[in-house]
Amino acid sequence: MTDLLPGNVVIAGIGSTAFGKLPGRDTISLNVEACRWALADAGIEKERVDAVFVKVPTSSREFMYGQKVSEALGLQPKIGGAWDQGGAANICLISLAAACIAAGQCEIALVCYADNPRTGNRQVYQRPRGNDAVYGWFSTAAGYALIQQRYAFEHGDQASALGEIAVACRRHGASNPRAQLRAPLTIDQYLGSPWVVEPLRRDDCCLVSDGGAAIVVMSAAVADRLGVPAPIPILGIGQHQTSWDVQLRPSLTTTGAQASGHMAFAMAGLNPSDIDVAQIYDCFTITVLMTLEDYGFFPRGKGAEFVADGRIQIGGRLPVNTSGGLLSETGMPGLQLVMEGVRQMRGTANLQVKDARHCLVSNQGGTMHTHSTLILGR
Amino acid sequence: MMSKLPQPEITPVNKPYWDALSEGVLCFQACSCGHKWLPPRSECPQCLGTDWQWTRASGRATLYSWTVFHVAYHEAFANRIPYNVVLVELAEGPRMIANVVGFEGGRDLRIGMNLTLVIQKEDETMIARFQQAED
Repeated sequence: MTDLLPGNVVIAGIGSTAFGKLPGRDTISLNVEACRWALADAGIEKERVDAVFVKVPTSSREFMYGQKVSEALGLQPKIGGAWDQGGAANICLISLAAACIAAGQCEIALVCYADNPRTGNRQVYQRPRGNDAVYGWFSTAAGYALIQQRYAFEHGDQASALGEIAVACRRHGASNPRAQLRAPLTIDQYLGSPWVVEPLRRDDCCLVSDGGAAIVVMSAAVADRLGVPAPIPILGIGQHQTSWDVQLRPSLTTTGAQASGHMAFAMAGLNPSDIDVAQIYDCFTITVLMTLEDYGFFPRGKGAEFVADGRIQIGGRLPVNTSGGLLSETGMPGLQLVMEGVRQMRGTANLQVKDARHCLVSNQGGTMHTHSTLILGR
Repeated sequence: MMSKLPQPEITPVNKPYWDALSEGVLCFQACSCGHKWLPPRSECPQCLGTDWQWTRASGRATLYSWTVFHVAYHEAFANRIPYNVVLVELAEGPRMIANVVGFEGGRDLRIGMNLTLVIQKEDETMIARFQQAED
């Protein structure tokens, strides 16, 4: 038993498959490979793992999926299963793992996710939204477009700010050898990219990717006892959810990131000004702008200045998505952001932020519906 | 030949909504607790009770937000792009996804603009859409 206080639980290992097109690989295989790398990174034998928390694949649903992953890992864990919360699930599962570890219900947990929509089926991202399909209301992108349009009405046109976000992620991804999309982007190219669901341009939208990722969670005391080489302390965790249907949300322009961030900062005893580097869920560029705003990095509607002139690029005042994010590294919904946060805190990132002491990671799912926040330290 | 529009899935819960539309009436649900809502559901999401009534909407609404699809995710929309899909707020409070007719490409749509109901028949389905209000 331990208290769930800042630093008492750590991320002990991280691992992933390659990103991009992985034809012929099923999601169980991708999960197992990612877990193998994560366990090797932590220097832990798999027999020590007694909990397996799995985010369900987005593109297909299977009964008892978490148990199938454990079976393929050759594990019979105390705690295990699959959780569906869209892209916010990864950090949520880390929080559940941390809570179970703190309560003494398990000692070492794997948190993993894999999917193969790029070579498999991407229909989930293009699906009809219930009976509103009679209006032509389809896809994941559309709900974000609706939010972005309302945001522009309340706070003015954000095209240049959103372009800065896309340019930053693409610049960072361009220097990441593992990134799926390594072509950098200019503002002019961004503004010239075609509409998908207006006001979303093609270059506002994240990638569709195959791949898997995993992390190992344990208490700091166990990591110390086992000689884990580079454990990274979890300082803060927060979560929140708004309404499922975007059309029913009381406000389209504030999100659960506000309460989620507040919870994580309160636990860590930190403020936005303490954050040196951030990995912000960038399924669409508007998500990054609104998440940073809801976290309190700038006053309402003042994001354009915050992200301008390379300020969220490496070397800027708050580098964001330093491995390329969903827009460039991989469209995987969120665990790659946790991995990059860990590398930044270890000091081993490809684009390392010098002397970074605190990294903020956001996950979100649905249409800015579910939110989770992680603050990592050193 | 144009592909058929995706058809609504009629359930015991939402059948009164679609039946009313086929008679030229847009309805929402209004609960004795004061809450009003769409889309159809069995229990009031505010008080969790079932003391609610189908209630006729005035047809007056305002535009809350809008999008324009430049990609067709279903073959029925391949020759409609670019087409708008919008979020309207009924004068009575409930919000719903819809289209605004007369602004197919979305140009000149303005958030806050006044709209009125126009029910259109396509294939065998009556669809609640909106047009710019006269005033």
